[in-house]
Amino acid sequence: MKKKLVTLVLAATMGVGLMAGCTDATADVPATTGTSDGSEGTADAGTTDAGSTDAGTTDAGSTDAGAEEQPSTGGKLTGTLNLGMIGPLTGGAAIYGNAVKNGEQIAVDEINAISSDFQIAYNPQDDEHDAEKSVNAYNNLKDWNVQVIAGTVTTTPCVAVSAEANADGVFMLTPSASSPDVVNGKDNMFQVCFTDPNQGLASAQYIVDNSMATKVAIIYNNSDAYSTGIYQTFNSKAGELGLEVVSTTTFTDDTANDFSVQLGEAQSAGADLIFLPIYYQPASLILQQANNMGYTPKFFGVDGMDGILTMEGFDTTLAEGVILLTPFSADATDDLTKNFVSKYNSNYGETPNQFAADGYDCPYAIYRALEYYADKNGDLDVTGKGADEICKILISVFTDPNFSYDGVTGSDMVWTKNGEVNKAPKAVVIKDGVYVGL
Amino acid sequence: MELFKKIKKHTKISFLNYGIVIAFYFIIQVVAMSGHLTNSLKGQLIPIVSYVIMALALNLVVGISGELSLGHAGFMSVGAFSGVVVSMSLADSIPGTGLRLLCAILVGALLAGIAGVIIGIPVLRLNGDYLAIVTLAFGEIIKNVLNCLYVGVDGAGIHMSFKDTASLNLAADGKILINGPMGATGVTKLSTFMAGTILLIVVLVIIQNLVNSRTGLAIMAIRDNRIAAEASGVPVTKHKLIAFVTSAAIAGAAGALYALNYSTIAPKKFDFNTSILVLVFVVLGGIGNMTGSIIAAALLTILPELLRKFADYRMLIYAIVLIIVMIATNNEKVRAFVNGIKKKSKKEGAKDE
Amino acid sequence: MLANLINGISLGSVYAIIALGYTMVYGIAKMLNFAHGDVIMVGGYVAFCSISYLGWPPILAVLASVVVCTILGIVIEGLAYKPLRNATSLAVLITAIGVSYFLQNAALLIWTSNTKVFPNVFANLPAIQLGGTQIAPVTVITVLANIVIMIALTLFTSRTKMGKAMRAVSEDKGAATLMGINVNRTISMTFAIGSGLAAIAGVLLCSAYPTLMPTTGAMPGIKAFTAAVFGGIGSIPGAMLGGVLLGVIEIFGKAYVSTQLSDAIVFAVLIIVLLVKPTGLLGHKIREKV
Repeated sequence: MKKKLVTLVLAATMGVGLMAGCTDATADVPATTGTSDGSEGTADAGTTDAGSTDAGTTDAGSTDAGAEEQPSTGGKLTGTLNLGMIGPLTGGAAIYGNAVKNGEQIAVDEINAISSDFQIAYNPQDDEHDAEKSVNAYNNLKDWNVQVIAGTVTTTPCVAVSAEANADGVFMLTPSASSPDVVNGKDNMFQVCFTDPNQGLASAQYIVDNSMATKVAIIYNNSDAYSTGIYQTFNSKAGELGLEVVSTTTFTDDTANDFSVQLGEAQSAGADLIFLPIYYQPASLILQQANNMGYTPKFFGVDGMDGILTMEGFDTTLAEGVILLTPFSADATDDLTKNFVSKYNSNYGETPNQFAADGYDCPYAIYRALEYYADKNGDLDVTGKGADEICKILISVFTDPNFSYDGVTGSDMVWTKNGEVNKAPKAVVIKDGVYVGL
Repeated sequence: MELFKKIKKHTKISFLNYGIVIAFYFIIQVVAMSGHLTNSLKGQLIPIVSYVIMALALNLVVGISGELSLGHAGFMSVGAFSGVVVSMSLADSIPGTGLRLLCAILVGALLAGIAGVIIGIPVLRLNGDYLAIVTLAFGEIIKNVLNCLYVGVDGAGIHMSFKDTASLNLAADGKILINGPMGATGVTKLSTFMAGTILLIVVLVIIQNLVNSRTGLAIMAIRDNRIAAEASGVPVTKHKLIAFVTSAAIAGAAGALYALNYSTIAPKKFDFNTSILVLVFVVLGGIGNMTGSIIAAALLTILPELLRKFADYRMLIYAIVLIIVMIATNNEKVRAFVNGIKKKSKKEGAKDE
Repeated sequence: MLANLINGISLGSVYAIIALGYTMVYGIAKMLNFAHGDVIMVGGYVAFCSISYLGWPPILAVLASVVVCTILGIVIEGLAYKPLRNATSLAVLITAIGVSYFLQNAALLIWTSNTKVFPNVFANLPAIQLGGTQIAPVTVITVLANIVIMIALTLFTSRTKMGKAMRAVSEDKGAATLMGINVNRTISMTFAIGSGLAAIAGVLLCSAYPTLMPTTGAMPGIKAFTAAVFGGIGSIPGAMLGGVLLGVIEIFGKAYVSTQLSDAIVFAVLIIVLLVKPTGLLGHKIREKV
C-alpha cells in the first residue's frame, strides 16, 4: 500500500492537470436507463418470428421524435459477409466464450440457409479472456479481412479491442461485454446485453418496488469487473431508495470456494435478502452452503445467474425461490426461443444459457440491420466492401430509431446513440426447477 | 592475453545482442515498408518487446543472481499502473507523447524499483524454494491490493480508496483513473515499436554492463558459491539486492511500456501465470543466457498466434511444443549435435580468416 | 469464533490433502510438480463420470479415479519428467507447467468448458452438531482421510523397503544408486503414489466445493503448494499442519479483517512465518556444505 501511496504522491507532484480527452468517468450513469421496474413478465416475445423486421412499429426508447421513416426501395442484400468473433475459448472463462460461439454458429447457419444470395463467413478466435490476446485475435481477424465483429465476449478484452476497432472503423456488436466503458466514446461499438449500471439500478428498484426486503446483504466478486460494476450502482441506488444494506462482503476468483464467512456475516446482520451480482458457478456454491447452514434468506441475482439450472448435476431444489433479472429464459414458449433451444440441444447436447442466447442474437441483429439498409437505400452487395464502409452503414441503421430487432433475449430492441441496447429486464423466480415470470 | 580474450568474448556477446535487436527492428521496418507486415505481427511488436525486456529482467535474477522469482509480474504491474496514472495525469501538462511515455516509463521503473527494495530486503534472507514462494506471495499481494484500489482525480487532487468508487468522494468533474478490478480504461496509447526498441537497447546496456562489471562478477560469485564469496569479503545481501532491484525496476519499465500499448489494463493480467510465462522464456532461452532470453521470449510470444489455424487444439499443441522443446534442449544427444555444429562453424570461420 | 474455526479447518483440510501429494513428490523427487493440481482435476472428472454417467457407487468411483490418476501419473512421469532426470530443477519445473497446460486443455476438449456439479457422495451421512455449529460430513471425512494418509505415508517411508529407498533417493541420488537402489523406478513409484493421492484429493475437493471445471485444480494447487511450503516442504506432518493453518488463517482473515484483502492477508502471514522460520514450520534445517 505504501508503494501505491508513493505512486500517487509522485504523480501528483509531477503537476496534475485536469483530465481531458482521456477517459470517461466509469461511474457515469447512462442517460437512458431503460425501464427500471422489471415487472413486465417473461416471454413476452410470444409470437415474434425470426423472419420479421417490423421496423415501423417500434418507438420504445426512441429519442429522435422527429425522425421520419424512409420508404422502402425493395433493395436486396447480397454477397458474403466476413463475420469475426473474439472470446475466451480456452482458459478459466472458456465457458462464456464457447457458449457465445455456439449460439452465433447456430444463427450463422440459419442465416446461410435462408438464401444463397447472402452468406456469412464466420471466424471465431480465442482470446483466453486477456486483453493482449484479444487484440492479437483482432489483428488476426483483420488479416482475414474481417468486415464486422460479433464480440468480444468479456469486458476487459472488449474495452481494449473496441478502442482498436474504433480507430480502424470496424463495427462491433458485443453479445455480453456489459460495462459502460465498452461503448463509451466509441461510435462503432454496440451491445446486445444490458449494461452493468442498468442491472444494478433495476435490481435495487425492483427490490424496493416490490418491498421484498428491509435488510439486504451483498456478496460480490471484487476481482471481477462485471460483478463490481453492478455492485457499485446497486449500492448507491439502494442508498437513494432507503434500502438498508447491512452487510457487504466480497470474494475473488482465487477464493471462490468457501463462503461461510460471507454468509455468516449476512446472517448475523439479520439480512432477509442477499443480492448476488455474480456468475452462477460461485452462486451455486453460495446456495449450497447457505442451505447447509440452515440459512434461508431470499436470493436475488442478475443475468449472470442464468445457467444455474442447467449446470450438469445441479440440485435445482437449492435454487428454489431465487429471483433473478434476466433477458433470456430457456423455458420460454415462444417459437423463436423454442427453435433456438432445441437446435442448441441437438447440436451441442446442452441447454443454452444467456451467453449463448446473446450470441445467437448478434449475427441476426447485424443481418437484419444490413437487410434494413438495403430495403431503404437500394441493393447492397457486401462482398469485398471495406470494413469502414460496412461500419458506417451499420452505425446508421443501429442508431436509426425506426430500426428494432426481435431476438431471443428481448423483443423490440433499439439502440441508443451511445451504443447501449434498450430492452426491458425481466424478473423471474425459480419454481420447481424452472423460471416463472413475475 | 588471457584477460583480453575474455573481455573480447563478453563484448562479442553484448554486441551480438544489440545486433539482434537492431536487425529485428530494421527487418520489421523493411517488411512494413514493402507492405508485407501482417496486422497480426504488427500488433504483437510491443508485447514482444515488453516480454523480451521482462525476460531479460528476470534472467538477471534467475540466471545471474541464481534466485528463483515467481512474482515478477507483480513488479510489472506496479510499473504498468504507475505508468498509466502518470500518463493520464500529465495528459494536459505534457502534450508530447514521446516525453509523456518517457515520464511514465521512468516513474514506472522508479516505483517498481522501490517495490523491489521493500520486497527484496526480507526476501533475500531466504534461499531456494522458500525464496520462490515468498516472491509468489508478494506477487499475489500486489494483485490483490490492486484489485481493491480505486484512484480518482478532480480539482482537489488525487483521491484513493480501497472500498469502491463512491467512497472516493470525487467532485462532479472528477475522473476515475483506476477502478478496482476494471483497472484503468480509456488509456491513451503512447507506446511505439521504436520507443520499445530504444528501451530494450537501454535495458541491454544496463544489464550487460552490470553483468560484466565488478559488481556483476561479485553477484555471480555469490551465485556459484555464497560461502566462498562471503569469505572473500563480498557483501552478499548488498549484491543480491542490487541485482534484484535492478531487475524489478526494469520489469516496471516493461510494465509501463506494455500498459501504454492498450486502451485498458486490469490487475488480473499480472497474475501468477504471467510470472510463470516469463520464467518459461528465461528457462527455455537458457538460464543466464541473455541472447537466449531475447529469442525465446520473441518466439514464444508469437507461437500461440501462429497456432491459430489449429482452432480448438491451439493451446493443447502449445503445451506439447513446450514439453518437447524442454526435453529436446536438455537431451544430451541434441546438445552434443548443436555443439558439434557450433564448433564446426567456428572452425570454418577461423579458416576464412 | 467456533464456527469460524470449524470452517477454517474444513477449508484447510482440503488444502492439506492436496499439500500431502505435493510434499510427497517434492520431498523425494525434489521437483515442484505444478501439474499436481491438474491431476486433481482429472481425478474429480473421472469420479464425476463414474458416478453420474456409469452410475457406479462412490467407493468404486474413488477407486476408478485412483487407478486412472496413478496410471496418468506414471505416464506423465515417464514421458515428460524422466528424460529430464539430469537436467536442472528449473527445466523440470517448466516441463511440469507444460504438462499442466496440456491437462487443462485436454480436459477442455474432453469434458467441455461447461461447469459440472459434483454429486453429493456423502448425502447419507448425518452432519455433526458441535456447540450450535454444524460440521458437514465431508469435513469429517476429509480430516479423517488426512490423518490416515499422513500416518500411512509416514509408516510407508520409515518402515517399508520401498519407502526407505525413497528416502535414500531424496537424501542422495548418487549414493542410493551405489547402494543398489533403482532410482528411476523409485521416482516413478513416488509419482504413482502422489497421483493416487491427487485422485483422493480431487474427490474430496469436489465434494466440499462441487463445481467442476478444467481449471478447478489450478488455484487449490497453488494454495496447497503454499501450504506445503508453510509447513516445511518435504515434511509430511508439515503439509497437513500447513494446510489446516492456511485454511484457518484465510477464514479468520475474512471474518475479522477484510473479505476484500483475504488473499493478501494469507500471503502476508506466510511471508512473516517464513522470515521468522525460513524453512517453514516443520521443515528440516538445511545444513550448508562448505
